[in-house]
Order: sequence, then structure tokens, then C-alpha cells
Amino acid sequence: MSTVSTTLHRVGDRFRSLPRPAKLALAVLAVLLVYLLPIINPPLITTTDSDFGAVLFSCAMYALVAIGLNIVIGYAGLLDLGYIGFFAVGAFTVGVLGSQHGKLPLLLCIPAAMAVTMVSGVLLGAPTLRVRGDYLAIVTLGFGEIIRLVLVNTNWLGASRGISNIPSPPSIDLFGVPHLVWNGAVASIDLGNETRFLQFSVTDSIPFYWLTLTIVLVVLFLDWLMQNSRVGRAWEATREDEDAAELMGVPTFRFKLLAFATGAAIGGLSGALFATKQAFINPDNFTIIYSVLFVAMVVVGGQGNRWGVVLAAALLTWAPEKFRFLSDARFLLFGMALMALAIFRPQGLLPPRRTVRAKQADEETEVLEEGVAHA
Amino acid sequence: MDLLLTHFWELTITGLAIGAVYSLVALGYTLVYGVLRLINFAHSEVFMWGSFAAVWVLMAAGAGKASGLGLAGYLILGLVAAMAVSAIVALLLEFVAYRPLRKRNSPPLIALISAIGASFTLSELMGLRDKPLKWFNASGLQDYLGRPRENLPFPLQVETKRLFYVFNYHVSNIDVIVLVSAIVMMVILDQFIKRSRLGRGIRAVAQDPEAAALMGVNRDRVIRLTFLIGGLMAGAAAMMYLLKIGVTRYNAGFILGVKAFTAAVLGGIGNLRGALLGGFILGVAENYGSALFGSNWKDVVAFVLLVVILLFRPTGLLGESLGKARA
Repeated sequence: MSTVSTTLHRVGDRFRSLPRPAKLALAVLAVLLVYLLPIINPPLITTTDSDFGAVLFSCAMYALVAIGLNIVIGYAGLLDLGYIGFFAVGAFTVGVLGSQHGKLPLLLCIPAAMAVTMVSGVLLGAPTLRVRGDYLAIVTLGFGEIIRLVLVNTNWLGASRGISNIPSPPSIDLFGVPHLVWNGAVASIDLGNETRFLQFSVTDSIPFYWLTLTIVLVVLFLDWLMQNSRVGRAWEATREDEDAAELMGVPTFRFKLLAFATGAAIGGLSGALFATKQAFINPDNFTIIYSVLFVAMVVVGGQGNRWGVVLAAALLTWAPEKFRFLSDARFLLFGMALMALAIFRPQGLLPPRRTVRAKQADEETEVLEEGVAHA
Repeated sequence: MDLLLTHFWELTITGLAIGAVYSLVALGYTLVYGVLRLINFAHSEVFMWGSFAAVWVLMAAGAGKASGLGLAGYLILGLVAAMAVSAIVALLLEFVAYRPLRKRNSPPLIALISAIGASFTLSELMGLRDKPLKWFNASGLQDYLGRPRENLPFPLQVETKRLFYVFNYHVSNIDVIVLVSAIVMMVILDQFIKRSRLGRGIRAVAQDPEAAALMGVNRDRVIRLTFLIGGLMAGAAAMMYLLKIGVTRYNAGFILGVKAFTAAVLGGIGNLRGALLGGFILGVAENYGSALFGSNWKDVVAFVLLVVILLFRPTGLLGESLGKARA
């Protein structure tokens, strides 16, 4: 396990030390490869029992969720166990505005969904962020469940039937992209099976995957900007020592609220994407267990490292689909894997560098202190 | 509103009975939190395993309709089985999921992940309980297993008898059994923590683990003890849950666990009496809420109550006494 992450870190180092044009070229190549994954259908990675395009869409969508939750948990250090609530608010805002009670086009629905979730994040955060960490966990858990129960019990929101006919993004039909088929190690082009470039429909998930992936990349960039700004430093200070941060003049409460609202908006955005891809949502899509899974993604990936959480989100979404032949046992295995990970790799798959350094420093002081105690 | 007024006493008493179940499970959360500062997310599965143990033992004993002495015998048998299995599962949980983490001084959030993993594992093991049957070709056990993802009914049927009136509600024997046995158990536990040597150890570790260690308290033993007590109480709660609800299933623990944890937080986590108070308040409030707004809104009432109480008393109703001092 640890060799995996040192290798990943080493790859990161090697990448950083390259000259600029090479860096750019490599990055473009990697991104292109990720975009083309559903077309290439790589033999070992592709899922045989479920539509690979749909699985990739889920991976990208959950990666977005994990980026959002990483802001709340990883940067600001707030344990949020009700993230599915924001996801649901986003999805249902799109449903209500686009289908149930209005005919707004999707491109207006999505910003509206983000705005509504942001407001709901502030409304939840303003009273609750003052309580201590462990309490926040249970309050948010309660919030997630309240949202679901409200959805189940409110006729205006479709009650347990949910909302159908959610609009798709506008399509522009430009050209078709044929898929590859693999026969052992030999690939051939399957002309009968092609994806129309940017034709959003229920039958083909790949355009939705492209859309979501694009959004993920944009959000990753914004996330990077944010973390390296004054805001990011304020979050870090608040997470490490709230009292000290407050004394240094950081308005910790306001920054916690900002983290909460930003995380909520990203959660709402992913919920909105989920709604348009599915075209049909009902409260069963938003059970509390997802909140737990989301937290697992962030912690497994290494809280605070955006690439780590993206990787973990994709992995935790893809693995159950890939190993669908294990059918019933996959959640059992998932549970055992989480336990094993917590025991053998407590810092997550890809911990942020700062954590690694801080831990080393901690260990050094510990050794020093013990030396004093023994003397 | 009418419903609430006319059935006020019925709602109160049945609410107290289900609240007793919450309280007993909440004790497990609160004890572990007090000593380890850990949300034992898998505690709900400890409860669930206990409920299955009770069902199976009573099936094997051929329990059906019962009254009088026979009923008492079955009740005790089921209670002992549930408590024993829950305690064993709780100790195993501590050994497999938490002790290795403690040895490595992992950050608290990681313990939560381990707890979530353990919770999945325990509940899925029960959800897949028919699989080993196929390997061992023991189809005779089919009746015991039921359908693994469906409800498993409680075999013991207690004839409902109305015993006495509390104002206009005719209290049933089940309410009395549940409430009395829960309260007896709580009093025993409270006195144990308060007066016994082991109880003093638990309080010491909760207050200051390092000072306690210096005074010669064996921390590992105290932690095992808290898991053991939590398991025993969860087992007792499982038996009472079965008496009240009548079925169990592989994921029965989840919602109950969330409720019980809510109860623990409501009363002030780490505080034993707080957990008891929180459980009862939650049970009763839920009943009132469902009478006022319809039973669909029962859980919403519970959580809104929690949020409101935390806003005005951020450390719960009774504060965090068992392991205060450290913030």
C-alpha cells in the first residue's frame, strides 16, 4: 500500500521537474486519455456487467462530490455526515424547476440548483457550526435524513414517486465516434456502435460523462486557486488550531461557513448532474448510506489532497461495478476493505504532502520528548 | 392536535417504552465515547446481532404463545442469549476494528472509517447468512434463517393483557415488562459505574486517561469493559425491541443506532444519565410528533428536536459529565 503512494508521489515529483512544454503535453495527453476511456474500453478496466459509460459517469460525478466534501472535511476539518442532503437538494431543484413545476432549460436549472444548495448550506451551517465537531457530525447526519424524509412526504416534490422527465442539456449533433472492441490484445473499431458527439440522451451516458468530466476539471482548477489563496490558508489555520487562528485575526466562524457553503454548492452541482443524467429521481436515490460512502471516499483518498480524493471516489465507485459478479458479497468486501485500510493505512491512499511532513515533525518531537523523559 | 390530547397518556407510555430501547443502546454509544472519544458507528450492529440471537434461541426452544411462568422463562432465555451474543460481538469489534488503531495512535476520523467498515461488515454478514448453508448442504436450517434480506419474525407471542389504567390509557403487560426491566438494568448499571472499583476505573479513564494510567488503571481493560457493558445493554435493548416491534432484519440496527446516538447527544454524550434521559425524551417526543404531524414525520421531529436542543444547550441536556474536562 505504502509503496503505491510513494510511487504516486514520486510520479508527481518527476512530473513537476519536467520542463514546462513537456509538462503541458503530458497533462493534455493524460486528460485526453481520460476523456477517451469509454471509447477505448480498455480490456482490464472496462466493466462487463454494466454499461462502462454509465460507470464512468458515476465515477466523475462522485469525484465531484468528493472534491466538494474534501473542502468541508479536508480543508476546513468539519465532519459532515449529511452531504447527501445537499446532493438531494441540488437534484430536486433541477427536478422541480425543469419538470415538476416549471419548464426552465437545464442550463438555467444548474446555477439555480447551486444557488439553492448554497443557501441551504448557509442555513444549516449558521446555527450548527458553533457546536463542537462530534456534534456537528450527528446534526448533519440528521439534516441528511430530514431532507430525505421531507422528499418522501411532500406531494409538491412528488413524494415517494419522485420526479421524472428531467430535461437534458441541449444537444448539438456534430459527428459520431465509433467505439473500440477488444479481442484479447487486439483492438478493432466497431462501426455499428458509435456515440454521437454531444447528443445527450437516456440511452448513451458517454456525453454526460464528458460533460461531468469537464466540470470536474474546472472545479479542480477553482479548488486549486481557492486552496492557495488567503481563504485556503485561513481554512488550514482553522483546522489545525481554531483558537490560535482566531487570535491571529482569522474570523474562523465565517470561514467555516464559507467552506460549508462552497462544499454544499459543489454537492448541489453534482446532484444536478445526477438528475439530468438519470432523467428520473426519487427519494430512494438519496439514502443516508451515501453520506457515509462520501465520507469514506474523502478519508480513503487522504483528506485534503484533491487528487487523492478524486482517485478514491473513482476507485470506490468503479470497484463495486467491476466486481459485480461478486454481487451480494461486494458490500461485505467493501466494509472489510475500509477496516483494513483504516488499520494498515490510516493516512489514506494519497495523503497531502503537508500532512506527511507534519507527521514526520511530530514523530521527531515525540522522540525528543521521550529522550528527555528517559534521561 | 385532538389526537395528541385524547391519546396523551397512551402516547406517553408507549413512547417511554420505545425510549427505553433507545436509552439502552445509547448507553453503549455514550460509554465508548466517554472513554475513547469515538463514535462507535458499529454499535447498532451489535444490537442487531443480539436481536437475531434472541430470535434463534427462542425458535430452537420452540417458543410460541406463552403466559405466566413459561413466558418468564422464555423472556429470560431470550434476554440471556441476546446479551451474550451482543457482548461477544462488541468485544470482537473492539479487538478487530479499534484496538489495532489505538496501538498506532491514529487520528479520530480514521477510527470512524474503521467503524463504518465494521458496521458494513457486520450487517452484510447477517444479510448473507444463507450463503454458508449452500456450502454445508444444511437445508434443515432454512426455517431459522428466513429470507436473508427480509424481516425475521420473533417467535414468542406474548398475549397482550391490559393490567391497569394510567388516567385513560390501559397499560399493557408488554409496556410494563419493557419499562420495568429497562429501568432495573439502568439502575444496576448506574450503581455499578458509581460504586464499584471497575466503574471507578471507567470514570477515571474518561476523565483523564494519562493520569488514570499513572494511578495504575489498566486502560485496555477499562476499554474492554466499556465495550462489554455496551454490548450487554444493546443485547437487552434487542430483546425489548423484539417484544415491542416483533421483527428484526439485517439492517434493523441502522436507524435505531442513529436514533440512539441522537438520544446520547441529546442528553449530553459521555453522560450515562443523560443517555437515559435523552432516550426517554426522544421516544416520547417522537410519539407526540407523529400524533401532531402524522407518523411520516416522526423521524423529522426527532432530528429537529436534536438541532434545537443543541442550539440552546450545545453540550446536551445534562452536559458531559463522564468524561468532561477535555474539550
